[in-house]
Amino acid sequence: MDSTIIIEKSIIILVVFAITMLMAMYSTLAERKVAAWLQDRIGPNRAGKGGILQPLADGLKLFSKEEFEPNTPNRFLFFVGPAIAMSTALMTSAVIPWGDKFHLFGRDIILQATDIDIALLYIIGILSIGVYGIMIGGWASNNKFSLMGAVRAASQMISYEVAMGLSLIALLMMTGTLSLREISLQQSEMNWNVFYQPLSFLIFLICAFAETNRTPFDLAECETELIGGYHTEYSSMKMGFYLFAEYANMFISSAILAVLFFGGYNYPGMSWAVENWGVNIANIIGIAVLFAKICGFIFFYMWVRWTIPRFRYDQLMHLGWRILIPLSIINIVITGIVILRAEIASYLGF
Amino acid sequence: MSTILIIFCVLAAITLSTAFLTIFSRNPIHSALYLVICFFSIAGHYLLLNSQFLAIMHLIVYSGAIMILFLFTIMLMNLNKENEVHKPRITRLGAIVSFCLICIVLILVFINSKPIIGEYVHTGEDYQSIKVLGHVLLNEYMVPFEFASILLLVAMIGAVLLSKKEKTGK
Repeated sequence: MDSTIIIEKSIIILVVFAITMLMAMYSTLAERKVAAWLQDRIGPNRAGKGGILQPLADGLKLFSKEEFEPNTPNRFLFFVGPAIAMSTALMTSAVIPWGDKFHLFGRDIILQATDIDIALLYIIGILSIGVYGIMIGGWASNNKFSLMGAVRAASQMISYEVAMGLSLIALLMMTGTLSLREISLQQSEMNWNVFYQPLSFLIFLICAFAETNRTPFDLAECETELIGGYHTEYSSMKMGFYLFAEYANMFISSAILAVLFFGGYNYPGMSWAVENWGVNIANIIGIAVLFAKICGFIFFYMWVRWTIPRFRYDQLMHLGWRILIPLSIINIVITGIVILRAEIASYLGF
Repeated sequence: MSTILIIFCVLAAITLSTAFLTIFSRNPIHSALYLVICFFSIAGHYLLLNSQFLAIMHLIVYSGAIMILFLFTIMLMNLNKENEVHKPRITRLGAIVSFCLICIVLILVFINSKPIIGEYVHTGEDYQSIKVLGHVLLNEYMVPFEFASILLLVAMIGAVLLSKKEKTGK
């Protein structure tokens, strides 16, 4: 393997890491601003102009707080929990295509850390591993409330993973590939998957809310019943890692939603832009479009959080197992029938 | 030594050591977590053998689903040292003897078996690609594939039936 590829990929990985961190940081500010806006308040406005330095101040506060440790026999696991939560939140970004080909210095550069054949399965795999961070942290806290919060969060995530996987199968039957790059290439111009698979998109969106433990599915940190959920015993930056991982997850899941269903970096008139303005400029607009879509989804997450109250636990399980899973199976059947009809029609020559 | 050999040695060391720690550790949660690490390193072996699909499926099914359910049950059961089962000495002795016998049989099998490495033919087909895998699975191995799915379905129905029975029995 030649060394330029390694350098190129390392730069892409570093940039993606930095952007994820930045987006997660500013999501915390955006969350508070959106909450304030929806509740007719002003929100944080003291640190910097319009509160622009607030995330830095928050981070500094978390770093300088006293590190409290509960009396637990599993100190190592207590440390490992937030680390797993953070690293799994960041690992998913490896397969997301952030843009099409750049043509620089006489070579094509693809804005993606790695284009593997099984990208979608990789995402599902990392999601299912992310449960360990919560479970280990909650158990190692040596606290009944933490354990109950961890068990709740984990069972919720496992339940919704099933519906999520099934909703993706309908999409895969249509696209015929698991590679995210090919999926986004198929959605050129306005051929976005959301128009062909609206039900699949809806199920995936609901499951994404449940997977990131956001309201209305944030039963894991239901204050009235469980104090703080699985991170009750955590303090200082370990607590910060759990909170930060949630926002990083939110950013990554918004990116996946945008790539899978909303065309990724595609925008109407992209081929025209390629012809008239060249590949690179069209691509820069594409990246901006992708980030606009991601920010839209992040805003949607926050909007829902401050609009819909939290579900009861039995309602959550009912929704997951009795409504979403049958719905996604029906969606698979409908997709199969439509694909079969189209194939028969083309076979008979209609 | 080539890089792949070094990676293989490291992975094999992790696999073996965590597999032993799974058995040796006293705390059931620790042994479950060692088993998870063991599964991860086995997925690494699959990746070394160029089968991405198998590796990621192994991760999703074993680490992502089965071991999480295991951890769940163990955490909720709250096993302590007090309610650890003490086996009588004669049972332990029997276990050691049978283990040694199985070891002898296994060693003899390994000595007498003829390794068939080197008989693989490179067909030029890319078995990393899931398209090739799907074609092979649904054309050549269609019948076993369908039988496996029926087996899984039966197991699922059986599990549901068992849990229902317990409820009505009370």
